[in-house]
Amino acid sequence: MFDVIIDAVEKAFQLIFSGDPELLATASRSIYVAGAGTLLACLWSIPIAVLLGLYSFRGKWLIKSLFNAMLGVPTVALGLILVMFLSKSGPAGFFDLLYTINGIVVGQALLVTPIIVSFTSSALAETDVQLRDLARTLGASHLQTNIAVLREAMWATVLSLISAFNRGFGELGIALMVGGNIAYVTRVLTTSISLESAKGDYSFAVALAIILVAIVVSITVLVNLVERLRQ
Amino acid sequence: MTPLLELKEIGKYYKTLKALDNVSLQAKGGKIVVLLGVNGAGKSTLMRIIAGLEETDVGCVSLDGQEMNSKDLRKNSTMVFQRTAIFNRSVYDNVAFGLKVRGVDDQKIAQEVPQALRLVGLANFEKRKAKKTSGGEQQRIALARAFLLNPKILLLDEPTANLDPNSSMIIERAIVGRKKDDEIIIMATHNLAQAKRLADEIIHIYNGKIIETSSPDEFFMKPRNEITRKFINGELEY
Repeated sequence: MFDVIIDAVEKAFQLIFSGDPELLATASRSIYVAGAGTLLACLWSIPIAVLLGLYSFRGKWLIKSLFNAMLGVPTVALGLILVMFLSKSGPAGFFDLLYTINGIVVGQALLVTPIIVSFTSSALAETDVQLRDLARTLGASHLQTNIAVLREAMWATVLSLISAFNRGFGELGIALMVGGNIAYVTRVLTTSISLESAKGDYSFAVALAIILVAIVVSITVLVNLVERLRQ
Repeated sequence: MTPLLELKEIGKYYKTLKALDNVSLQAKGGKIVVLLGVNGAGKSTLMRIIAGLEETDVGCVSLDGQEMNSKDLRKNSTMVFQRTAIFNRSVYDNVAFGLKVRGVDDQKIAQEVPQALRLVGLANFEKRKAKKTSGGEQQRIALARAFLLNPKILLLDEPTANLDPNSSMIIERAIVGRKKDDEIIIMATHNLAQAKRLADEIIHIYNGKIIETSSPDEFFMKPRNEITRKFINGELEY
């Protein structure tokens, strides 16, 4: 078994360094869906996080608890719900998103929403309360105050976005169920790994897994490096 | 024109706690009004109301005869807090913040920020990380930031609390040097010596009420109120 693993790793590196077009296309597609999903989620997640982190209102704890609970939602469960919604007979069927790359993007955006909301709202809530008062007493509007406080919690927000990207990048359930793992169309790294290992082509699966891990680690290290330089 | 700030029968309640009860006062430009009182007396709440950071439950605040809501008050005042609030940016960006949010053009800001920093003894500090400066320097950054806005009402909430004597002295000098007819300076402190040095008028607050308003000489030499006498002599239990 150990020989098989070494052989698979060897072949994997050959594939990576030969610039295999299928491998590169799959990796690029994975980066696109996770990146676009994270950015799309920001559209609603950041305003919700600002609301939960900086404002007090009745029932806030319940909403926060719901988002915290959704952090661990199984991707297959979310994938199943999305398939039901996006199928031709489903309520969102007219969007024609099922088995498309944009369908996976939408699914991943929903998946990472609780991560961005929970982490960013906590970071904002922990930001010095006095900074809000300071911004207001210096003449800042509500929007300018929120931007100033968000900027103070920038690093924590960036970390939440990285966590969201990594979650989307490494998930299988939504990509498989909503995307359908169609070659050259919706196939991403995780669905490809699943397929290749099922077929017994471990070398290709390992190559994909190495790329998957390498990208996640590289992005995280790069962001940490940027923060170190910034300080 | 010398601004005139008037507070009429202000009341502020937190559930059952009366933070301020029937507080009325007048403050004119060109003078330093010092709010004295023990911790929890209501000084900070009063300052926050004048700064437009808190709403009153009862009473009204007016400036030059015009009744002011919180937004109006925020436009006309600025506040330096007891515990220095500093943005995690450069000293320049911290000092420039108020002007930037008010839409002042960058060229004017670039001219004024170094001048404001020089006034508080922080020339050439522009590029430094504000959070990496000392506590005294951070409070001077806060002071420069407030000065730069030329507010009608400058509120200083215990600006030298927890600072070393040298930093306190620099800040006190900057405050005294700031006195001008078109600006009302209101400072809260529980440092009696500082009040004596800086105040043109002293207001003593106790349990959310103003119990004495007088000149520093009268306040320290001939206090009218028994609680004030005990406060000056350090005999007040709280």
